[in-house]
Amino acid sequence: MVENDAFALLAVFLIPLGTAVLLMLVPSRERSLIIALTAASSLAMFAVSLYVFLQYDFNGDQFQGVKAWNYMSDMGLLGDEGIQLKVGIDGIAAAMVLLTGIVIVPGTWVSWKIQDRMKDFFILLYILTAGVFGTFVMLDMFVWFLLYETALLPMYLLIAVWGSTRKEYGAMKLMMMLLAGSILIFTAIFAIYAEAGLGSFDMVDLYAVDFDEDFQKLYFPLIAVGCGILAAMFPFHSWSPDGHASAPTAVSMLHAGVLMKLGAFGIIRLGFQMMPEGGAFWAPALIVLGITAALYGAVSALRQDDMKLMTGFSSVSHMGYVMVGLGTMNVIGWTGAVLQMFAHGIMTALFFLLIGAMYDQAHNRDIPNFSGMAKQMPIWTVFFVIAGLASLGLPGMSGFVAEVHIFIGAFRAYPVVGGLAVLTAAITATYLLRMFSQAFFGEFNPRWSELKEITYAERAGATVLAGTILFLGLWPSPWVDRIATTIETTIPGVTL
Amino acid sequence: MTTDLLGNELNLQYELLGPEIAVAVTAMLVLFADAFRRELNLGRFALPALSVAGLAVALVLSALWIDENKDFARLVQIDNFTTFFRFLFLAVTLIVIVGSHEYIEKHVSHVGEFYSLLLFSTVGAMLMASARDLLTAYLAIEVMSFSLYILVSLTKNDSRSGEASLKYVLLGGVASAMLLYGLSFLYGVGGSTQYSEIAAALSENTSDVELPLLLGLALIVAGLGFKASAVPFHMWTPDAYEGAPIPITAYLSATSKAATFALLLRWFSGPLLPAIDDWQWMISALAVATMVVGNLVALQQTNIKRLLAYSSIGQVGFMLMAITAISDTTGSALLLHLSGYVITNLALFMAIVAFYNRTGTEEISGFRGLAQTNPYLALVMTAGLFSLAGMPLLAGFLTKFILFQSVVSEGYTWLVVIALIASTVSLYYYLQVIRHMYLYQPEGDATRWRLTPTGYLATGVLLIGVVWVGIYATPFYTVADRAIAPLFA
Repeated sequence: MVENDAFALLAVFLIPLGTAVLLMLVPSRERSLIIALTAASSLAMFAVSLYVFLQYDFNGDQFQGVKAWNYMSDMGLLGDEGIQLKVGIDGIAAAMVLLTGIVIVPGTWVSWKIQDRMKDFFILLYILTAGVFGTFVMLDMFVWFLLYETALLPMYLLIAVWGSTRKEYGAMKLMMMLLAGSILIFTAIFAIYAEAGLGSFDMVDLYAVDFDEDFQKLYFPLIAVGCGILAAMFPFHSWSPDGHASAPTAVSMLHAGVLMKLGAFGIIRLGFQMMPEGGAFWAPALIVLGITAALYGAVSALRQDDMKLMTGFSSVSHMGYVMVGLGTMNVIGWTGAVLQMFAHGIMTALFFLLIGAMYDQAHNRDIPNFSGMAKQMPIWTVFFVIAGLASLGLPGMSGFVAEVHIFIGAFRAYPVVGGLAVLTAAITATYLLRMFSQAFFGEFNPRWSELKEITYAERAGATVLAGTILFLGLWPSPWVDRIATTIETTIPGVTL
Repeated sequence: MTTDLLGNELNLQYELLGPEIAVAVTAMLVLFADAFRRELNLGRFALPALSVAGLAVALVLSALWIDENKDFARLVQIDNFTTFFRFLFLAVTLIVIVGSHEYIEKHVSHVGEFYSLLLFSTVGAMLMASARDLLTAYLAIEVMSFSLYILVSLTKNDSRSGEASLKYVLLGGVASAMLLYGLSFLYGVGGSTQYSEIAAALSENTSDVELPLLLGLALIVAGLGFKASAVPFHMWTPDAYEGAPIPITAYLSATSKAATFALLLRWFSGPLLPAIDDWQWMISALAVATMVVGNLVALQQTNIKRLLAYSSIGQVGFMLMAITAISDTTGSALLLHLSGYVITNLALFMAIVAFYNRTGTEEISGFRGLAQTNPYLALVMTAGLFSLAGMPLLAGFLTKFILFQSVVSEGYTWLVVIALIASTVSLYYYLQVIRHMYLYQPEGDATRWRLTPTGYLATGVLLIGVVWVGIYATPFYTVADRAIAPLFA
């Protein structure tokens, strides 16, 4: 990356924020103008994030495109550098930026269906997106946390106003649990800043500080649990299925697709990179919680009738893999964890897109109510099957690439865990195939003969996501190169 | 130069007191203008306009003393700290008048006295921040409080107002008595009413006066705890907030709180600093109780003024942490937080004033569907409530972050953990109000309505302030840093 690419990093954060501000000025009855604006903005985000991903040079420095603008310094408790607007990415962040850029495109397209207060919906959605992008590209701990919270806050209104079923319950539960996590992160950030005594929130400078081992052991769990709540880490996952089930389609897509990855990303950035010894000490705990979540989520998904709840528990299960990967403390497991973050993000976004597309027509998403849908909605079914096969880890799909890394890593570290992880994959196949056989095949239920095939916007969105799944599955090296090099060279404590 | 009886040289530059004199003169002019309202043929805007003009003059006069450090007759100190609070208090009164003159016209009895007393209490508040002598400070507190006792009772046709005022005056009287008694102990120990001399006396060894000092401190903390509405001295707050006219509720939550903290900062960073081991635990206990009780009791409120009363009690708890961990960094963080809090609270109350003018209700359920009948006002309310809850991109997040971080840096991590939990609880009840505005259909009249031009002006300026502090607080923090410097010189 050349130095000026810092502006591209700033742009991925400013485009959604600017769009949100512009939308505030547009009268809400100008629907076509709103649609045009969001279409342009979503494509711009995709283009810039793809550019950022491709420009990241995995043979170069750890952080690339680094540039800092002074925000507050030299007063009160702040030293010379104080709080800065500092951008820069490593290979992990590059993959996450691309993930967000891909998911926001279909997320925007499917939301044009919304009739009620569409403008307000997009304002909140784009503020959320700005927070997500910002968290991935910012290297200042204060700004990082500010944007992390910015990404969480709009969720409440997005779910409570535009959601379905038990939306107020889901929204409040999600909000209170995530904020409880923020308390832990907040406390750790305060402690890290005070302990380092640099007078600066610059994460790169803070990484260089050699924190006391007891300090690391004390504060690493705060980060791991605080961010882990957002990553639906067992046993703090219970907001996730409820929240996903009640959220509107685009919000489920972004939330399960991107926001949960933010939690895992936080564990890497503030946990492992900041406090490597604490991370190494607590890694076995992470692996236990991870494999429990993977098994528990998969078994729970077996019993769900509501498709969204099933996908929600499936997300808990897949995020469990991420924790397992991080807990292995070897490069291959870690690479798998980051790949899984990407792969699961794309795949689950596709799931929620398709479920949403159907729910909008049928107002029902209980699996036993459907059968033979392949006859009525063949295109929908094809996309669904692609997502499902990726989810159960079929070779040639994105999920396989990620999971195979995690399994190898887990077998190297703890063979028992590796075995359990493979068992989880088998359960995953069971609940997905159960759903396929029940809902898609068999005798067609004439109750659904009114249902139409999904709209062109939804088809286009699904094509983007399904294309990414196959691309990553068939040619993973652009991702693996960037991620594995970063992990190998820069994450302390992770061994080959 | 003149000298006093003890031979101390006195500086009698009256222009140092320019802002106070200007406001006091305006207050008297308002009274006269009101008495001769008919003879002078005054319109309904005359009194607010006169008050605003007086405040504007005072603001200009305050600006003359930026970066000066002089005392007036050894009674008040005009330094950046004083100037900071002068600006703050004058601006608060100005905004309250601009934002709620229609309300005052309609819902307040004795309009002339109302404006006049409001101005007098501003004088008291400014002197509280500038006093450098215990007696001056005490008199300033009483000037502010007495004006407020009466102001609280001025709601038209509302029996709660008189009741609130009576409670406030009785409990306030007891608190003043305790404070004065405490000050007499302090005088006994320190041998002077001058801050600087008390500090000098206390920093010499005082092992034989431990008990009187402790007693004095306890009484002072109780007295000031009442003024700041810290738990367990908070009982008057919800009633006074509920019964008072809304502009006075706003004023109580802004100026009266800020003035008390100005005084606390002066005392605990100056004359009482040598006795830090004796009072630190008292203030930290007070801070914990205030944060916890304020935020928990707020959960059950159904009246918006009572809700904000308890929320402001909770906020006082956060600010008391900074007094516990007092240093120049926590001091400047506290000033920053205080300004952010004042701006946010005023934004909320000005929005509530506009809402009440239209609907006549203060119940939280009355806010149903506001997002549809007046989206702008709902936005102002949401920004204000989220800012109080400490949500990002708004004033509350940044100022709380800086405040909490500075307290942790002084070694009080445990206090901050409690504060963070309390702060998360607070989001729950703020969300309840937001829920009513956005998730429900309006009841009754569902037509769109607009604010008056002055309503737009007041809420607009404050909304910009809330967002500005949240996004780019550097200028505010610089100012706070300069304002706190004279206290720790």
